[in-house]
Amino acid sequence: MTSGQAGVAERPAIRAEGLGKRFGRLQALAGVDLWVAAGAVVALLGPNGAGKTTMVRILCTLLRPDAGRAEVAGLDVVRQAAAVRRVIGLSGQYAAVDGYLNGRENLRMIGRLSGLSRGAAGRRADELLEVFDLADAAGRTARAYSGGMRRRLDVAASLVAAPRVLFLDEPTTGLDPRGRAGLWALLAELTAQGASLLLTTQYLEEADRLAGTIVVIDVGRVIATGTPAELKAQVGGDRLEMQALPGDDPAALAAALDGLGSGPPALDNDSGRVVIPVAGGPGILPEVAARLAAAGLRIADLALRRPTLDDVFLTLTGQPGAPADSADGGDRAGRDGQAQAGLPPSGGTA
Amino acid sequence: MSTTISTARPASASAGPAWVLANVATVTGRNLRRLVRVPTLIVFATVQPVLFVLLFTYAFGGAIRPPGVTRYIDYLLPGIWVVAIAFGASQTGVAIADDLATGMIDRFRALPMARSAVLAGRTAADAVRNLFVLALMTAVGYAIGFRFHAGAAAALAAIGLAVTVGVTFSWFNALLGLLVRDAESAGLAGLLAVIPLIFTSSTFVPVATMPGWLQAFAKVNPITVTVDALRALCLGGPTAASVWHAVAWISGLLAVTVPLAVTRYRRTAT
Repeated sequence: MTSGQAGVAERPAIRAEGLGKRFGRLQALAGVDLWVAAGAVVALLGPNGAGKTTMVRILCTLLRPDAGRAEVAGLDVVRQAAAVRRVIGLSGQYAAVDGYLNGRENLRMIGRLSGLSRGAAGRRADELLEVFDLADAAGRTARAYSGGMRRRLDVAASLVAAPRVLFLDEPTTGLDPRGRAGLWALLAELTAQGASLLLTTQYLEEADRLAGTIVVIDVGRVIATGTPAELKAQVGGDRLEMQALPGDDPAALAAALDGLGSGPPALDNDSGRVVIPVAGGPGILPEVAARLAAAGLRIADLALRRPTLDDVFLTLTGQPGAPADSADGGDRAGRDGQAQAGLPPSGGTA
Repeated sequence: MSTTISTARPASASAGPAWVLANVATVTGRNLRRLVRVPTLIVFATVQPVLFVLLFTYAFGGAIRPPGVTRYIDYLLPGIWVVAIAFGASQTGVAIADDLATGMIDRFRALPMARSAVLAGRTAADAVRNLFVLALMTAVGYAIGFRFHAGAAAALAAIGLAVTVGVTFSWFNALLGLLVRDAESAGLAGLLAVIPLIFTSSTFVPVATMPGWLQAFAKVNPITVTVDALRALCLGGPTAASVWHAVAWISGLLAVTVPLAVTRYRRTAT
């Protein structure tokens, strides 16, 4: 996490100490510390219910914390809330655009409400529509936009006032792979220019792509912090995933590949799946094939994939990153089928 | 993309009445655009008011002979103004609840804008809509025999008072929307809150025709008070007492609902 603008005695973009927030019986945040240097990009990684959105809402002055304190660009989010609002941009969990206004009208409205003059708001709207590839759709009402277009308009709206600190809450949730890749490219350009950005995500791949630092949170607590490389090293690289033939014992597969993995294998006897962390990338596949052939084992399916949020949680907590209620977990699986595939129902590492 | 981030921030003077008014005007503009684009809003602003005038005139007009008027439409129109405005105002609760659900209110609350502007802009747009509704209903009323009997000044005062009544309904429904938080429930609550008041008032029939126990309530019902004031301004006769009575009700209701709604907006979800 290095400062993008060294030399200037700049305040950190975000500094939070011991933030706590309780909703009734639910402890959404239980003492979270966070530091985002000016110009840095930090990803808050965690499953639904981890407290990511609560964190963002507190930092954007939408919620008051019960405990702890937080500053954005050196301004206290409770005592100087009005000043904080002048330096932040927020794109919330849902694409919050007015479906009955067209793209240009949406951005102009946000510009005017951010204090831009009529002319400046219009110019800024056109500029952002161009950058976000919405110029052709500028005159159409946002109801007619695709999910990806709505999200781009929403992120554009958060940039209208050229914020010093940008918050994006799950910016690619609900997007198809093409929409996700498009938004990633835009955000990468954005952050290359030195904007301070805090984004939340459920996807390790997304955090890896965009952020210099990843903060993993679970049930309101930070459970790991590091660069993507550090975190991936901790998680043990890629995942080799094998599916045993019906009736075969997955343990035999794990035994045949003993010593190949960078960590212990995870077995799910019910589904016949084996997941083994591997460090060497695809170069390991010939060895896998040779060993299986030597042992006379056949398999239904084999895949090498990047680690997911669930793998991170499995490694860090010994449990899959399932939130308190299973409905959220199902939702997560629905969004990213890969994320849940091949995981044992309870702790498989030791 | 190089200009995207580097654009200088505005030196926004975020204080003072001019700033608040500019914010309110922006939100009003948003809602006026929606008024002509959201199908349900168009129906509430055009079809419903016209239907009300025609249906009640021709269905009830033959049976009801209120004292002091020769045609029922003369008696009915000031009352039916209030009904159309009250029903239309339920859409304000719907819109506010919808803004909560879609994250628009979060977006607004994270902007450096006046804390009253989202609600004030919505109710201001409602007032513009109501001016149109009143003109439309009056035009249809004129076509079937309605006339102002107390002169142009009193007629304008009646329209002004009716718009003010609408502002009160709008703020009440904005508060409902913030409290109920669900669009469909907010719309239903907005209607249920006024339907009993409307039918226990002088809107359709003179209070004197009601049973005694109901008269006691109907006489103090704020809808009766405002409809009687509107009727006096349209038809002539002594106006001062009833108009002041209505203005007192309106001021009292606004003095309660506006601060409650703005406070609720500021604290929503904290």
